[in-house]
Amino acid sequence: MSDVTMRIWRGDPAGGDFEEYALEAQEGEVVLDVVHRIQATQAPDLACRWNCKAGKCGSCSAEINGTPRLMCMTRMDQLPEGPVTVAPMRTFPVVRDLVTDVSFNYEVAKRIPAFEPPARPAEGYRMQQIDVERGQEFRKCIECFMCQNVCHVIRDHEENKPHYAGPRFFIRLAELETHPLDTNDRRELVRQRMGLGLCNITKCCTEVCPEHIKITDNGIIPMKERVVDASYDPVGWLGRKIMRRPKRSPEEAAAGSSS
Amino acid sequence: MTTVDDATVTPVVLGGTRGGPDVPTLRRDRWWLQPLVSASVLIAFVVYATWAAFANKDYYVGAAAHRDLISPFYSPCLTASCVPGSHPGFYLTWWEISPAILILIVPLGFRLTCYYYRRAYYRSIWLSPPNCSVADAHGSYSGETRFPLILQNVHRWFFYLGLALNVILTIDAVVSYGEPGVGVGVSVGSLVLTANAALLWLYSLSCHSCRHLCGGQVRRFSDHPIRYRLWKLVTPLNANHMKFAWASLVFVALTDLYVRLVASGAFHDPRLF
Ligand code: FES
Ligand code: FES
Repeated sequence: MSDVTMRIWRGDPAGGDFEEYALEAQEGEVVLDVVHRIQATQAPDLACRWNCKAGKCGSCSAEINGTPRLMCMTRMDQLPEGPVTVAPMRTFPVVRDLVTDVSFNYEVAKRIPAFEPPARPAEGYRMQQIDVERGQEFRKCIECFMCQNVCHVIRDHEENKPHYAGPRFFIRLAELETHPLDTNDRRELVRQRMGLGLCNITKCCTEVCPEHIKITDNGIIPMKERVVDASYDPVGWLGRKIMRRPKRSPEEAAAGSSS
Repeated sequence: MTTVDDATVTPVVLGGTRGGPDVPTLRRDRWWLQPLVSASVLIAFVVYATWAAFANKDYYVGAAAHRDLISPFYSPCLTASCVPGSHPGFYLTWWEISPAILILIVPLGFRLTCYYYRRAYYRSIWLSPPNCSVADAHGSYSGETRFPLILQNVHRWFFYLGLALNVILTIDAVVSYGEPGVGVGVSVGSLVLTANAALLWLYSLSCHSCRHLCGGQVRRFSDHPIRYRLWKLVTPLNANHMKFAWASLVFVALTDLYVRLVASGAFHDPRLF
């Protein structure tokens, strides 16, 4: 079997660089296998994060040949000829080698207002299948944070981090906004504090999602349209003025109103 | 409950060492090809449409040629300068320049604020970012939060106006089958106008605002069965919005070109049956 050359970024918060490792190719391997072989034979101190090796835990995100991918789901034989570059995710602070500190995402998660059902749902209420299905797609998220990583709003403009939730959390917000029993109205929250307007829908989040969630089409754009309903729709605004109604009345919200 | 008041800023330490080397991209594939193609088609269209809109002639093939074909760039033709037969019976006397300029504001606004075209031109023309995991070409970034880009939020108004225009272009297509002095017939020109109208309908109906207004807006589908059905109907169209966006863009220009060539006498519009 032919040889493969891996260029793996080695470093820590003080800085780092690529190191090359040459080894024999083995049939059926994924990038993570090769990284493990390098750990076992050449660089026992090489740090990488992984867990399931089945594309389900979301731990092994890295940038392979410059594109965010799961190391455990990227087959070596599907990469183009030549050295394979493996670098840690760009958007997050590096801990060591391929391991980054993704706690930014956990901080954002804490700031998402939780599901808030009405005090007493209507007697005999049962959630219907069509309402269940709507949020199901978003629940496939494995939190690999590659969408957060590829999003240029924070990847190239770090200063936006404190007030930008990012694609992973826009779909969480979309899921809650379309939950039939949720009583919170998150439209102003996403507009004013979670930076939905910073997203310019260039769809890289959708491109890198290993679960093929249509993040932009089914999550972000519907949320943008809801924000338009609440804040940028002159007819809606006029209607509310005439009817003297707030954006969504507390009664409507408590009843889990649909519009 | 509106949740905005409790929101706190996400604590992050900025300016530390980040993952990987400080280079614009580590990609080695031809990532520049996609933005290059998009930019080329968009620029070619803008150049052609601008020229065609200011040309102010050869946009209508009338009774003299036994046809009733109008270019989509000039329909409805609403000004006093419109050639006889091309306007709908009334016109605006105060509009001095080409009638196309008056009409093209609608499709221009519709396509400029379209979610898909935004992706296309933010990537290919504004380079923000040029492609995924390729660095943004700009130092600072405020997305669509400020003037002028905050105006992208008016998209649904252009959607409504675009629907009205589609109705007019559909009428144009239908009347093009009634060939003056000959009777009802099918010519290549009428088929071109029909295909153009069909593509524009597909483009409009697959619009994200359309999907939202059909049913995406409601919180509980089970309370709104009709809106749910509408939403279900447009969702597969919406998934192909990009294709319809390109197809209708290219075809509308080709339709104008066809009418223009016939009107200028380059060739006669062939009658099929
Ligand atoms: S190791 Fe679990 S997703 Fe790759
Ligand atoms: S999103 Fe493209 S036309 Fe509305």
